[in-house]
Amino acid sequence: MNENEARNTNKRALLSGPYLIWIIAFTVLPLIVIFRYALSDGAGHVTLSNITAIFSPIHRKALWFSLKVAVGCTLLCILLSYPMVLAMKHLGLGKRGFSLFIIILPMWMNFILRILALQMILSNNGLLNLLLTKLGFEPLHIANTETAVMIGAVYDYLPYMMLPIYTAIMEINEDFIEAAKDLGAGGFTVFRKIIFPLSLPGLLSGTIMVFVPSMTSFVISNLLGGGKTQLIGNVIEQEFTTGSRNLGSGLSVALMIFVLIGMAFTMRHNTEGKESVVW
Amino acid sequence: MKRLKDIASGIYIGLIGVLLYAPILVLIVLSFNKSRMRVKWEGFTLDWYYELFSNNQIKEALITTVVLALASAAIAVLIGVPGALGIHALRKRPYKAMMTLTNIPLLNADIVTGIALMLWFVHFIPLGFGSVLLAHITFNIPYVILSVLPRVQQMNIATYEASRDLGAGPVYSFFKILLPELVPGIISGFFMAFTMSMDDFVITYFTKGAGVNTLSTMIYGQIRKGIKPEMYALSTLIFLVVSVILIAFNALSDRKKTPKKNIEERI
Repeated sequence: MNENEARNTNKRALLSGPYLIWIIAFTVLPLIVIFRYALSDGAGHVTLSNITAIFSPIHRKALWFSLKVAVGCTLLCILLSYPMVLAMKHLGLGKRGFSLFIIILPMWMNFILRILALQMILSNNGLLNLLLTKLGFEPLHIANTETAVMIGAVYDYLPYMMLPIYTAIMEINEDFIEAAKDLGAGGFTVFRKIIFPLSLPGLLSGTIMVFVPSMTSFVISNLLGGGKTQLIGNVIEQEFTTGSRNLGSGLSVALMIFVLIGMAFTMRHNTEGKESVVW
Repeated sequence: MKRLKDIASGIYIGLIGVLLYAPILVLIVLSFNKSRMRVKWEGFTLDWYYELFSNNQIKEALITTVVLALASAAIAVLIGVPGALGIHALRKRPYKAMMTLTNIPLLNADIVTGIALMLWFVHFIPLGFGSVLLAHITFNIPYVILSVLPRVQQMNIATYEASRDLGAGPVYSFFKILLPELVPGIISGFFMAFTMSMDDFVITYFTKGAGVNTLSTMIYGQIRKGIKPEMYALSTLIFLVVSVILIAFNALSDRKKTPKKNIEERI
């Protein structure tokens, strides 16, 4: 790098100045503020009890349920997404916009209304049970259970998993697959050795887009869990609306630490030297 | 064997389609239902559509939502595009630091971002449209940066340097040489930011204060009393409009045969 070039690069770096100011003003400072609330007992004394409160018996239950929903929802979304994308690819729908259209369209409809509609389908005298009894089956009782919350989370976040996996798989060079087949690989081997490894960046993006929101959402569990089953998001929201801001902040900070540690591991292992692949 | 696979693929796509679209179908049917009750069909009506157009509260929330999405996406582009150009020119360490900071709003749970911003905002501005706008810009910029940065990396800086050597001013060179290469990234970033802003509930809920409502927060507020059927009518209309836009967009990009990294593939 000669001197002239170096000077130009330095000057160009200044362009990120406004963004840096924005980050400091609206990302870094708010985090400092929430830490300050979290570390205070409300009367001006420093305490860690708001943060460690996440391990108290009541909150531990919500945290455990949140982890269960997040892990379950993420795995189910992955298991549902791969066959979907492969089926689209198999039928040659991938290259045309049609399949993309099926995935994107629901994202544009208000999710609260969609979850309410799902509630009407799943409720005890809802459409699903109507259909089941007409067909001569026993009605199901999934309304206001953990299962309902899980179904809701999978329903809401599935497009966010399918889309990045779809993008990653459609970008795979067809020649690789042809070559593997010519060399005698069967369908499953092609998937295991070629399609799956090359789809990993998409899988990672999808996991990021699904795991954290499904762990912390409070609307889905409010509507489908009947108020009985609480995610950590519900607890934090209630602390803020009716309880203590300090405790709410403490729980938020604890949640953030969990998420960031988990994500730091995932990112380190998968995107060494690459751009972040969130989308 | 091939036929069997075709059929299985078709059935699977159909099943996922049912899962994704059954609730939307319910909303559409309810928008034509005479009953205010939830799952009882009492005959066809267009009343909710008439009432929708005379409902000022919904109109206001819709306008707030769209203005918020457009403004926050546009400002995010104005800050994010120079941001991406600048970040690209940074040395390794500051580059990594900036990327880590960029990822924070993406990785953090919405509820944590919303609460942190709210606790910070109350120190210097009243909660209202302004605070929601600031919050939306904050979570939108990373999407712009992450869409534009790959373009900057592919860009040939030498052409820009060449135009400058040949006497073009920095502003002229930017618009003539750099910007055209960045446009696909900017469009996809804007589109992403717009979608995320339209879709957001949690961060808006915590930063909005009283008086301001987007569609999401208005619907959330109605849950206890029961959703007004006008909302079903509105969501049916949104469904129609978005369908038309997406179909038109697909038809256009099919005709143009745009290069690989076009918007529809990235979004």
